[in-house]
Amino acid sequence: MGFPILSLMVVLPLIAAMLVLVLPGDEAGKARAARWTALATTLLLFVMGMQLWQDYATDAAGFQFVERLPLFGPWLEWHLGIDGIALMLILLSVFLMPLCILAGWESVQKRVPEYLAAFLVMESLMIGTFAARDMLLFFVFFEAGLIPMFLIIGVWGGARRIYASYKFFLYTLLGSVLMLVGMLWMINDAGSTDIGVLTDHDFSVQAQFWLFLAFFASFAVKIPMWPVHTWLPDAHVEAPTAGSVLLAGVLLKLGGYGFIRFSLPMFPEASAQLIWLMFGLSMVAVVYTSLVALVQADMKKLIAYSSVAHMAFVTAGLFALNEQGIEGSMVMMLSHGLVAAALFLCVGVIYDRLHTREISRYGGLADTMPRYALLLLFFTMASVGLPATSGFVAEFLVLLGLYQTSTWAALVMTTGIILGAAYMLWLYRRVAYGAAAGDDTRAMPDLKAREVVILLPVVAAVLWMGIYPKAFQDPMRPAIAAVVAKFDGVALATLPTDMTILQAAGPQPVPAGQAARHLVQTQAAH
Amino acid sequence: MIQLLVFLPLITALVAGLGGRIIGATAAKLVTTGGLFVSAALAWVIFIGFWQGGSTPGTVLVLEWMRSGTLAVDWALKVDMLTAVMLVVVTSVSALVHLYSWGYMEEDPSQSRFFAYLSLFTFAMLMLVTADNLVQMFFGWEGVGLASYLLIGFWYHKPSANAAAIKAFVVNRVGDFGFSLGIFATFMVFGTVSLDAINAAVPLVQGSTFSFLGARVDVMTCLCLLLFIGAMGKSAQLGLHTWLPDAMEGPTPVSALIHAATMVTAGVFMVCRLSPMFEASATALAVVTYVGAATALFAASVALVQTDIKRVIAYSTCSQLGYMFFAAGSGAYGAAMFHLFTHAFFKALLFLGAGSVIHAMHHEQDMRFYGGLRKHIPLTFAMMTVGTLALTGFFFTAGYYSKDAILEAAFASGTDAGQFAFFVGALVALMTSFYSWRLVFLTFFGKPRWAGSEHIAHAAHGHDDDHGHQHGHSDDPTAGYHPHESPWTMTLPLVLLAVGALFAGWVFHDGFVGAEGGVAFWNQSIAFDVALMDALHHVPGWVVAAPSVAFFAGLVGAYVAYIARPGLPGAVVAAVPALYRFLCEKWYFDRLYDRIFVQPSKALGRFFWVRGDQKTIDALGPDGAAAMVAGGALAARRLQSGQLYAYALVMLIGLAAVAAWFVPEAFMGLVQ
Repeated sequence: MGFPILSLMVVLPLIAAMLVLVLPGDEAGKARAARWTALATTLLLFVMGMQLWQDYATDAAGFQFVERLPLFGPWLEWHLGIDGIALMLILLSVFLMPLCILAGWESVQKRVPEYLAAFLVMESLMIGTFAARDMLLFFVFFEAGLIPMFLIIGVWGGARRIYASYKFFLYTLLGSVLMLVGMLWMINDAGSTDIGVLTDHDFSVQAQFWLFLAFFASFAVKIPMWPVHTWLPDAHVEAPTAGSVLLAGVLLKLGGYGFIRFSLPMFPEASAQLIWLMFGLSMVAVVYTSLVALVQADMKKLIAYSSVAHMAFVTAGLFALNEQGIEGSMVMMLSHGLVAAALFLCVGVIYDRLHTREISRYGGLADTMPRYALLLLFFTMASVGLPATSGFVAEFLVLLGLYQTSTWAALVMTTGIILGAAYMLWLYRRVAYGAAAGDDTRAMPDLKAREVVILLPVVAAVLWMGIYPKAFQDPMRPAIAAVVAKFDGVALATLPTDMTILQAAGPQPVPAGQAARHLVQTQAAH
Repeated sequence: MIQLLVFLPLITALVAGLGGRIIGATAAKLVTTGGLFVSAALAWVIFIGFWQGGSTPGTVLVLEWMRSGTLAVDWALKVDMLTAVMLVVVTSVSALVHLYSWGYMEEDPSQSRFFAYLSLFTFAMLMLVTADNLVQMFFGWEGVGLASYLLIGFWYHKPSANAAAIKAFVVNRVGDFGFSLGIFATFMVFGTVSLDAINAAVPLVQGSTFSFLGARVDVMTCLCLLLFIGAMGKSAQLGLHTWLPDAMEGPTPVSALIHAATMVTAGVFMVCRLSPMFEASATALAVVTYVGAATALFAASVALVQTDIKRVIAYSTCSQLGYMFFAAGSGAYGAAMFHLFTHAFFKALLFLGAGSVIHAMHHEQDMRFYGGLRKHIPLTFAMMTVGTLALTGFFFTAGYYSKDAILEAAFASGTDAGQFAFFVGALVALMTSFYSWRLVFLTFFGKPRWAGSEHIAHAAHGHDDDHGHQHGHSDDPTAGYHPHESPWTMTLPLVLLAVGALFAGWVFHDGFVGAEGGVAFWNQSIAFDVALMDALHHVPGWVVAAPSVAFFAGLVGAYVAYIARPGLPGAVVAAVPALYRFLCEKWYFDRLYDRIFVQPSKALGRFFWVRGDQKTIDALGPDGAAAMVAGGALAARRLQSGQLYAYALVMLIGLAAVAAWFVPEAFMGLVQ
């Protein structure tokens, strides 16, 4: 075991959180010191994350940076380690965290040390969730993450924050109870809490089915899937800007991560049989939430609903059960983490100035805030998946993979690109174009240096992921290949998915995708 | 060289767009225009290299893009004859439009933004035409869509411009929906998205069937039709055409560059680029032909009644794109590309000419307020006449060669669709001649009629204020306003394009559509049917004469209706009011779409939100649970009545329930 960098990354924010809480001085002094401490800590973690990426052996399969400390005997070990999937999600977390701290730099004035401590604890828990190699440890991190978020919404949120935070808590907790029951059964059956052991363990097909549903209850709420998505718009609307950023940027990804870490590799037969469920809910979600987004008058609600639609791409892509679909889903999670976070940051910028989320109160920002309008346009286009932004790579790979599993699902999901363009451009038109709604709107100053510093790194990351996604895909490839390998020879549910190509010449059906290559090779042989 | 050609406009766009405030508008204009002229020069060098037979086709790898499973997509620039033709068209028109915009946009406060958008558009278009795979083509496809959206909505204070911009983007997305599915299906079948590999593997897949939406269909037909939906969106073919006329909200140079010469022809380019695929499906070709012919007819019919000078030309563009498609559908890809090439010159000329008229008339676009302008702006008049001659196919102009080739090819193809397209095409040629000369006569001939124009009144008043209201002019049809010819930056592009409109057909017809020269010219970059091209020489005499007859009939008709007997149009309208309204309402497409797509989407969205999310999911889910807890608490409070007999009763019931639960089990245990 080398240097315990993962443990350090989990523990460091916790220490910083405690430090922030006990800082001496008067109110203002404490707040200032707390801000700088939190920023320094998150930046340090970002640097550590980059180091992690640097040292990560891209081509190697399996888990790296493994740390193992038998904490409570065989049932709960301090067992950490990452593969490419976890690496990328950890990078996303540490990338967004300094931006979150900066986003609330001026707008949050109430109980600043506690506010920052909540975020630091959150960061620790997120890293822990992605790095955990012990299922119970994962569960602890996964569920504990609820608490700081609950507090962030409930204490620093908007007018209906209590309602929103309870809704958030109720929904997510309910799913988790079922997942815990499932986990206990699994531990009993396999005799281990080690995720690696559990992944290799063959659960009976019947057990897989129930376990899948138990885990589904938790992950579907987290991600969220239709129809358990209604907590998200309320939570977003009431959360402070940085809370929304974290919620959209990282917390939603916990659901997707759960599917790819547990549901797919541990219950492959059940997954393959239940693709109709996942496709069906994803298809409904894309159309339903996109249409709902179209009629929203509240900026944050609109983006929240668009998040649900984007997450439907993740669930559909994961259960396409092929490389393109799963890689696309991973890129979608990263891309949405950046783009939705940036959109919420953009909303925060104008919310700080006008203190309303009503779209109709804005307008004409292209005149008064040209720099802001340009950046908002960029993120709008990234959200609708314009090629050369990360959103396109994600959508394209997901749909490409999905098409090979089900043309119907691909067809319906692809309508998302039409509806997505409609609601995002309609939003942009009302905010940036036309005339300002009032004198106070017209008087809003353009972006400050701090705000530019927050948004520009996201622009760079979105473009990088859109033009050269290889840098992000390469580390994830072995891990995803391992997941896909689980489905070798597993029969898919009998959807109308007869994906063979019948040739005119011979009666021999050729598996899709190999038709031409197969034929080219035969020809070359002649 | 090709890298410089393609990326220079991107660099200049970034410099002008992001640095416009720092370097100033003039520098931004210089950088973008200069860059485009460099690109245009390079494009001509490449084109001449291929034309004279020295260059070999090739692909330059720029960067790896996506790798996933067996999918491999690169950023790469492919250059062959087909690309070279497009490079020349795109960069030449773009360079001239940049130059023209110096004059046209002179008074606009955000010129650097405008020039940045123009260059950005050019970059995206160049990426589209140099794509070596379907995904990069899609990048260019969406990129030009973005630029088009930004430029249509350039004057973003106008609600109509914003609406048109969103409409253009969303309708194009409908096309892209088909394009995307086409790419997915193509990848599934061929295992690659590389254009060369796909086109080479077509014969191996031809005739195969696969499952699409549960039905077993012919592979090539399905792929081609899906991809063609994309082409229909971008090239404004019937059904997905509604955005193009509205796109005229953008500044006129934009209309010339994007909505006439280059972007809207991307669909034609795509069909030609994938011509080996389309050749493998007779059904797909027939669909392309019918759609093209129907579009040509539809758009020409609507153009007959338009009064906005730009909308006439916009519908004309739509109609001419229909020609290109039915040429491709007839298997004459060379003819389609030829018309694309010549059309770029004369249609850009017409649009820029119209821009010069609009510039002279203070942004008045209604032809009913023009009249007699040939004396005021003679150069513009001359150039517009050249453009009209080319569009209507007067002898030896560019349009004469390309339109004849298309009509003859449609006739010679021998298919039902081809025959249909020929007759429709001949009729449309007549209509084209009529509405084009109508435009010229209404604009440049007759008496001035602009006294009633608000734009002119506005301008004239501004003028009057300077002179202190010296003379009243109530009877003067010119309202005291005298249009002036545009500056040289605007007229020079007109002259250069007019040269192209006159001679491009004569110079290049042997290369593009010649049975002898075509094979070497295209050098396998498109499916070139020598037999079909040869057959053009053997069609009956009346087929050859048809376009010329149509030209003269339309010219004479327009002359009679708008110069000799000006009362005639009114009489015709009075005679068939229903038809007139049908044409004015553009065949009711917009209303229909609003009724069946736009309004229901909003209603459905509201329904899902209120009925679905709030009244069903929330009511049964979290709110319901909360209400139940609250209700339960209330009930529990009532139970605590303090009355002993009530407690006793409850206790008794409880005991009975427990007993009822356990006793049978105990009983079962006893039995066992």
